[in-house]
Amino acid sequence: MSTTVQTKCFPLPSSLKVLPGTERAQAAYPYYMQFSKEDDERFWFYNSMHFPEPMSVFDVTTAEAAYCALGAANTRVHSLPTTLGIDYRIINGRIYIGGNAVTDPAEIARRTNEFQQRAFYYYEHWEELFAQWKQKMLALIRSAEALPKLSLPEFEPLEHVRAGRGIASNHYLLDTYQKTLEGYFRMWHHHFEFLLLGYGAYLTFFDFCKKAFPEISDQTVARMVAGMEAEIFRPDDELRRLAKCAIQLGVDDLFRNGITPAEIMPSLKRSEAGRKWLEELAVSREPWFNINVGDGFYHYHRSWNDDLSMPFASLPGYIANVKAGERIERPVEKLMSERKQLINDYRELLNSDQERAAYDQMIQLAHRVFPYVEGHKFYCEHWYTNLFFNKIREFGTLLTEHGFFPEAEDVFHLTHYEVEAAIIDLMTSWSNGSPPRGPARWTRIVNERKAAIAEWARHETPPALGPVPDIIDDPAIVMLWGITRENLDSWLAAGEKPDSNEIKGFAASSGVVDGIARVVMTVDEIDRLRRGDILVCHVTNPSWAPVFQKIAAAVSDIGGSMSHAAIVAREFGLPAVVGTGTATQKIKDGQRIRVDGGRGVVTILQ
Amino acid sequence: MPSTANIGWFADITLADRLKVGGKGASLGELARAGIAVPPGFVVTTRGFEQVLAELEKELPVRARVEALSLQDLRGIRLLSEELRTRLKGAPLPKDVHADIVAAHAALCRSDPNRPLAVRSSATAEDSEEASFAGLQDTYLWVKGVEAVLEYVRWCWASLYSVPSISYRRKDRIPEDGIAIAVVVQKMVDARSAGVMFTRSPLTGDRSVITIESAWGLGSAVVSGEVTPDRFVIGKITDQISGREISDKRRQDVPAERGGITQIETPEELRHAPSISDDEIKAVAEIGRKVERHYGKPQDIEWAIDRGGEIFLLQSRPETVWSGKDKAPIAKPAENPVQHVMKIFGGRR
Repeated sequence: MSTTVQTKCFPLPSSLKVLPGTERAQAAYPYYMQFSKEDDERFWFYNSMHFPEPMSVFDVTTAEAAYCALGAANTRVHSLPTTLGIDYRIINGRIYIGGNAVTDPAEIARRTNEFQQRAFYYYEHWEELFAQWKQKMLALIRSAEALPKLSLPEFEPLEHVRAGRGIASNHYLLDTYQKTLEGYFRMWHHHFEFLLLGYGAYLTFFDFCKKAFPEISDQTVARMVAGMEAEIFRPDDELRRLAKCAIQLGVDDLFRNGITPAEIMPSLKRSEAGRKWLEELAVSREPWFNINVGDGFYHYHRSWNDDLSMPFASLPGYIANVKAGERIERPVEKLMSERKQLINDYRELLNSDQERAAYDQMIQLAHRVFPYVEGHKFYCEHWYTNLFFNKIREFGTLLTEHGFFPEAEDVFHLTHYEVEAAIIDLMTSWSNGSPPRGPARWTRIVNERKAAIAEWARHETPPALGPVPDIIDDPAIVMLWGITRENLDSWLAAGEKPDSNEIKGFAASSGVVDGIARVVMTVDEIDRLRRGDILVCHVTNPSWAPVFQKIAAAVSDIGGSMSHAAIVAREFGLPAVVGTGTATQKIKDGQRIRVDGGRGVVTILQ
Repeated sequence: MPSTANIGWFADITLADRLKVGGKGASLGELARAGIAVPPGFVVTTRGFEQVLAELEKELPVRARVEALSLQDLRGIRLLSEELRTRLKGAPLPKDVHADIVAAHAALCRSDPNRPLAVRSSATAEDSEEASFAGLQDTYLWVKGVEAVLEYVRWCWASLYSVPSISYRRKDRIPEDGIAIAVVVQKMVDARSAGVMFTRSPLTGDRSVITIESAWGLGSAVVSGEVTPDRFVIGKITDQISGREISDKRRQDVPAERGGITQIETPEELRHAPSISDDEIKAVAEIGRKVERHYGKPQDIEWAIDRGGEIFLLQSRPETVWSGKDKAPIAKPAENPVQHVMKIFGGRR
């Protein structure tokens, strides 16, 4: 074969250098995540969707656990015909991933045969397997909640001695740590048990719609499939409920704009009505405030339960809306009837009854699988992940108490292997009465790694590495990351024309709006949003839903047209462009911008 | 004045009258009867044309000689076209046809005998599902006074034997016997903006979107392709404007002082401005939906917005490009619905 056409290529992994001064921090990541020479032969892309910021050495556990489980589901459990699992590497704190495509037709045929016995069984028994999944997931959550509090008393409690327990407290540190880690790896298997199959069924319908209606927008297809009762909407629903409760109980005046939970709690406790409201709050908090302010992949994505400032910041707005006579409940029935109408209207436009029958089958399948696609996140990425990071945080506190490092959060700058080593160090020290060795070791290392993360965050990283494949035919890559050959070409082209006042992304929710951009990087800043502002943020996440009541439009760096914020934006009827990659870098706070949610374009107007 | 054998008012015409009033006339009548706003008018039926042609055939055959032409015989086509057009333009109108046109003109124009009108060819073969014959026969805009109307009616008849018209029919070997021409006479819309609308995407054949092209002034500049129009795409179901390209509209067609039309430079401040507002886009699209529903199939439509903001349809014909592509179904129902997922998981190569 002649090779006159030069293969398009991103920088090779070997050309990407570890930033000077961060070499030791880079070396701290496990060996199996480091790039090697052979990796130059393959195509990799930066997983900015899930890991938009440099990852600390502990947080990469999320990548390890997730890819172990994703690969197992694809490769071994359901036997996806054309793909195995995902390889991952880390450099400068950035996680690059590459798919393992199956291209040999005989192997595809063999895997197809397996797939049809396995995946088809899941589709055919979806509801019962999903009901069973929820039970398994809840049991896993309960067992994580039931893990004991960490304690190293000076003397073993007398009752342990008299009960003849025989095993001393230091052992339970290791036991609890290993169970914590094991539970997290296990959770990710639950996460991927249905996920690819769910996305696949959705994409089947999506693909049909794109063929039948080549100009249909992604968001319209999404609107036809989206469920309205998914549990991921519950936290926001609970806030709306609490706003109404506050009015009914007459404590609404306490919720002034800008007031902090610490300021309001004492006033609430003082009155009968206030205490009643706090009871209602307690009902909402478990489990619905176990939602975190990011995607749950980083230890610092804290939950509403950990930090009430996010939900409380939204209450004054909801209260004002109720008082103004607005209906603040999500109009579920209206949304459902709109969805039905939409499905019927498109159905009528089809060419023949044959097409209509196929369409019916595909939309039905998409509707069956979607409760999982929408619902799993609350249990996995939010609830369980919070429990996990908080348990590790407890270890951080314990190690801090014993002088290993200055702050509990520092524990996240040790790998999970190193955390175990530090725990064993502490266990030994407690047992033999010698001081632990760790305090002399970890503080310097932690500081070095923190500095490296800060340095890495200051530098951009290429969106992809290595030779561009001719065709991207890996359903996992297409489904989870939306990466297509066309995307890659546009990434390559983007390097060539730097200056443009237009930023492109996914058209998530239609409408055109001009307004002042508020670049909000963390949840602490949401107070800065004024009515009519345009939210510009890194990730859009369901826990941010309450801010949608006051903004005019939303723009995010990452997320696809099925991201929950895109769904929420559509529900609120706000224009939204998601997955822009660079909006928070290119748009300056206070700039005037135009969001065209129908075309997926943000224009900086100055 | 009621309709006669020679004159049909739009209100009395349906699609079934195509052989009498031509494709355009039938479509305008059908639209008017369906409650769609079209500029009021009447059709000079094919009866007058047939009478004149019968007279001409007596002198020297017409239809047989056209049908005998070969598509390759360019010189033959040109010579016969010249001969027939001269004869048709010169032939006197039958007395009753003349009288009916004069009466209908007076009824249409009422107190203003110089009211601007459009005189448009309406061939019996045009605007069918198989073939549009779009733009082959003549149209005269901003025609003032009954004398001019009487003249242009004959010119329209003559245009049935223009070189392009004859060639088009010879290319498709369409028998001449069924070919006749009627003439639409209707009030001219003093268009602020005008354009076309496709209720099926001309680019992709997508039936769920409506494409609207629009420019300043009369629609003639858009139809003839002399001006690059603004282009909008709006969801037929979602009603969302998903495409928006504003072009540089350097020129526009406007009425000439003494009748007819002329082209002028677009004022600088309007060149890059949208020639139609979002609300108007939605209103035009809504009419498109109504027309498509009425006919039960996608339509190509010409529309205009007058200076008062009122929207009129000037023409609607069935879409012919995509409907002609007899496509196999995109998917068929599967015995086991789960089987569909193999399209995603089975490998696309």
